[in-house]
Amino acid sequence: MSDVHGNTFHGRERMSHFTSTLSDGVAVLALNVAGESVNVLSREVREEFAALIDSLSANEAVQAVILTSSKPDVFIAGADIDELRSVRTAQQAESLSREGQKLLDRVQEARFPIIAAIHGACLGGGLETALACSYRIASDHPKTTLGLPEIQLGLIPGAGGTQRLPRLIGLRAALDMILTGKPLRAKRALSLGVVDEVVHPSILQRIARERAMEFVNGTRSRKDGRPRDAARVLLDDNPVGRSVVLRKAREAAKKRSGGHYPAPDAAMDAIARGYADGPVRGAQEEARLFGELAVSPVARELMFLFRATTALKKDTGVDSNVQPAAPLRSLGVIGAGFMGAGIATIAVQHGVPVRMKDTTHQAVGKGMAAVRTVLRDRVRRRRMTRREMDDAMSLLSGTTQLHGFGRADIVVEAVFENLELKQQVLHETEGGMRSGAVYASNTSTIPISEIAVAARRPENVCGMHFFSPVHRMPLLEIVRGTMTSDETVVMAVAAGKLLGKSVIVVNDGPGFYTTRTLAAFLNEAGQLLDSSVQIEDLDAAMVAFGFPVGPVTLLDEVGLDVAGKVTEVLREAFGSRIRASDTLRSVLADGRTGRKGKKGFYKYDEEGERKGVDSSVYDLFPQAEQVDLPAEEIQERMVLALVNEAVRCLEGGILRSARDGDVGAVFGFGFPPFLGGPFRWTDSQGLTNVVRRMEALQDRFGERFSPAELLVTMAARGERFHPDDA
Amino acid sequence: MSSHPGGRRVAIVAGVRTPFAKAGTVLRSVSAIDLGKRAVSELLQRAELDPGLVEMLVFGAVLQDVTAPNIAREISLMPLLPRGVQAYTVGRACASSNQAITDAADQIILGHAEVAVAGGAESLSNVPVLHSAGMSDALVAASRAKNARQRMSALATIRPKDLVPITPAIAEPTTGETMGESAEKMAKLNGILREEQDQFALRSHRLASAGTADGRLAEEIAPVWTGADLQTVVTADNGIRESTNIEQLSALKPVFDRKYGSVTAGNSSPLTDGASAVLLMSEERARTLGYTPMGFIRSYAYAALDPGEQLLQAPVLAAPVALKRAGLRLEDMDLVEMHEAFAAQVLSNLKGFESREWARRAGFDSPVGEVDRARLNVMGGSIAIGHPFGATGARITTTLLNELRRRDGRFGLMTVCAAGGMGFAMVVETE
Repeated sequence: MSDVHGNTFHGRERMSHFTSTLSDGVAVLALNVAGESVNVLSREVREEFAALIDSLSANEAVQAVILTSSKPDVFIAGADIDELRSVRTAQQAESLSREGQKLLDRVQEARFPIIAAIHGACLGGGLETALACSYRIASDHPKTTLGLPEIQLGLIPGAGGTQRLPRLIGLRAALDMILTGKPLRAKRALSLGVVDEVVHPSILQRIARERAMEFVNGTRSRKDGRPRDAARVLLDDNPVGRSVVLRKAREAAKKRSGGHYPAPDAAMDAIARGYADGPVRGAQEEARLFGELAVSPVARELMFLFRATTALKKDTGVDSNVQPAAPLRSLGVIGAGFMGAGIATIAVQHGVPVRMKDTTHQAVGKGMAAVRTVLRDRVRRRRMTRREMDDAMSLLSGTTQLHGFGRADIVVEAVFENLELKQQVLHETEGGMRSGAVYASNTSTIPISEIAVAARRPENVCGMHFFSPVHRMPLLEIVRGTMTSDETVVMAVAAGKLLGKSVIVVNDGPGFYTTRTLAAFLNEAGQLLDSSVQIEDLDAAMVAFGFPVGPVTLLDEVGLDVAGKVTEVLREAFGSRIRASDTLRSVLADGRTGRKGKKGFYKYDEEGERKGVDSSVYDLFPQAEQVDLPAEEIQERMVLALVNEAVRCLEGGILRSARDGDVGAVFGFGFPPFLGGPFRWTDSQGLTNVVRRMEALQDRFGERFSPAELLVTMAARGERFHPDDA
Repeated sequence: MSSHPGGRRVAIVAGVRTPFAKAGTVLRSVSAIDLGKRAVSELLQRAELDPGLVEMLVFGAVLQDVTAPNIAREISLMPLLPRGVQAYTVGRACASSNQAITDAADQIILGHAEVAVAGGAESLSNVPVLHSAGMSDALVAASRAKNARQRMSALATIRPKDLVPITPAIAEPTTGETMGESAEKMAKLNGILREEQDQFALRSHRLASAGTADGRLAEEIAPVWTGADLQTVVTADNGIRESTNIEQLSALKPVFDRKYGSVTAGNSSPLTDGASAVLLMSEERARTLGYTPMGFIRSYAYAALDPGEQLLQAPVLAAPVALKRAGLRLEDMDLVEMHEAFAAQVLSNLKGFESREWARRAGFDSPVGEVDRARLNVMGGSIAIGHPFGATGARITTTLLNELRRRDGRFGLMTVCAAGGMGFAMVVETE
């Protein structure tokens, strides 16, 4: 980088990550991080940026600077997560934050105004950089998004974001951005005051230059602010209003995080300190808290999940180098029920034409209405325009016949969970499909290889296990049968990614990975109920552990009949390890199916609104006496049952990796994200420790807690599931 | 084949339509554009065609929405089709979708296109209602006003009579005669009795309800889901009256000449909502793509006469030309499909086919001949099924070809009368 220092800018200079072009006193710095598809602020980039500011400052010809990106559709996507993950101590992380703050202070205090010309993702450190500039212009383009997503990784903005943003746009708006981490579109960013101007992408650079010239010739000053409305003066611009706003925000954050996520409070601490003692102290506090958070278990697990899902995006799903023959251009869906309609919804939302079949026109209409309901909700929440919704709906066609499936690249069957029915549908449908197309069954339990027995082309058959509700659940579990070809798997994986899902590929077996592991978990819940643990206690213990809902609530949601059926299938496969709970059996025999029947462990009113535990259900329990069990004991039994089954899935080759198991548990059935997943959790507890605890439970409750062989072996060898990632 | 210029033959590969519903009923909330999209979408789905292969889309429409004057383009912009499918709308009154089909066919014969979609759409539940001239003048002046006072004074010129909206009448601009009045006149000129008209209408309903019941008509229909919860599924035409009888029909009062008239609501086609579409390809492309075409266009002809004379009689002039271009005679036709605007018009057209005078007017020595009633409109026609102006021609094309194949027939003739004194005839073949 020696050419950067002290040179005079004649035309263009090439560095490794930036290009700099000087003309008429305006230097254009374009970031294009070498060897990466997006711009991230790695150490190398930061050093080059700092050196550039030095050399530009020393160059008297430079009167204004435009900071922009020459990557398509990315301005700066944020910090380098891998760099952060390699940090070992809070002090290291804190000094990383201080460095970033200092760099951006130099941007703010530079001799010349710096104008950010933003097109594409402007996130995290990218937005913090833009905030340090004198003026921000964003392109009016759907790819242009501005946000501070640090909170989603268990962090806070660490390069002055907690100080600059509230000062720029007011406390309330800043809290909203920092505490949710949700990015804004350019227009919204303009109305909040995050950017000063929004222009068409094709004139972004020209307007940036015009503004730069205005700074140069004095018609624009670096101090110009924006007018403030009354609410902002009342709530944001005085200490009393701010303390009210912060108190409310802390209450709301506590409710949301359940006490498991420290970052929101830390962000507010940093902001509050900035208001109380000024931005210099505020920034010190920001760096200190950032340092603490960066090495906290929560952030490390969230960063792990971020990296794991990013890695999954690049994973084709097979070990060979087979690539998908074609992108998903047309999808068939058999069964217009809740799942079928859900799959159709995400397909049309992503522009994929869907042919949806059911036995009656009424059933098809119901499915179409379900699709429309989801899309309408998006329109209502301004996530999509009315026109986009009409377009999406026009991609959906329904039929009661088989014509129209000949062009489908994938046909997903989502009929009732019954082997004979699924085989029959496969047999019928396959005849209407082209020979290269993939046939996928959306089964949650039945082994794919058993369904594929009915197929003429079993190599084209796989499982695509979507989760309910499909449009919200981020996971797709693709099941590879014994005959499934690599071509089929890569096609299904690519389709799942196109539909916006995190995709894991698992091998065939009863319940695959997610259902099987969840079943072990719910099985233990059934055993606890059999020993007359109270429903509320059981649910509360697991929510306190970090699950989004308790296991009994989950049973009611899934449907007790469905849960019973799953148990049956798994019991056949795994014998005594999974046994139907007496409670579940008698509750089911009482005609209770859960939420869908408005009667389960919980009570529901006419509208389906839940009204607390149905105390009459205790009459159906095997033991009348209710027992009080400490939450820790409930958690211990539930979690170890789950973990043990997850490890067995890895041991038996159902899972391709521990990573997939962690991602599947977190995104498939709500394993607490801040714990990273069952394998990450086991690593953090120590394998030997987990084995010992399982053995203790085994002594009390029998074989189902006998630790998986793999766990014992790995513990004995001192190994971890994620060895590179302590 | 001499009848196919350039040696290219146009194949009709698939045909689909929405149900036809009486205006103001089940499809009233669906716009003509959405009806058209529904028909085209289902057409492409059923044909299992890569939409990227479609090069052009031509649609017929009569009463057009002034806010979307090129309905074909609106339809072609549905996301199922690539944006690069060029599209335009044609108007030839009730033969508009025939015009769409022959336009597309011509482009294929010329080698300008290989794959085209043609059809038509009409929502007579959603006819444009216009302002009066006085109102329009005032509104235009107000929109040009430079200040509030000018705007007020422009609007102040509006008189109560200007507030009466204008709905388009189905009348001839040149003669002021409505379609019904013309049919009434034709009945009188050609000596078509009321009884004959009612019998013909009855026949139309009976045959159409048989065609619906045995699934032959249902086969060409794309269901439309409508209503707040999409639980109203329209799968069949709702104008077909299975149980109507001659007593009911003969009890109806004449509409257009209350005293001496014979044309009633019962023996006329109703105002209808619906859309239809066909998929056309060069024969070569159809075969390359592995399709077995429904049939091929052998010839067609348009004709016109003085609208003040017999407005709906021009099919009589077009048919002999189309037959001549096909190198065929009426006797070669296994089926004849004649659009039924009015029973009086169909019966007048049939009489005209047998008339030496009309043959002479068309430039032929001998008449087309007598149409065997057993081969005529064998699944009923527009009187029962309904008549969304812009969509009827493509419906008839699909029906004729489907039925020809079912009967293992070779040739079929169709005719459509149209406002302005125009007529259309086309000969199709299945091999």
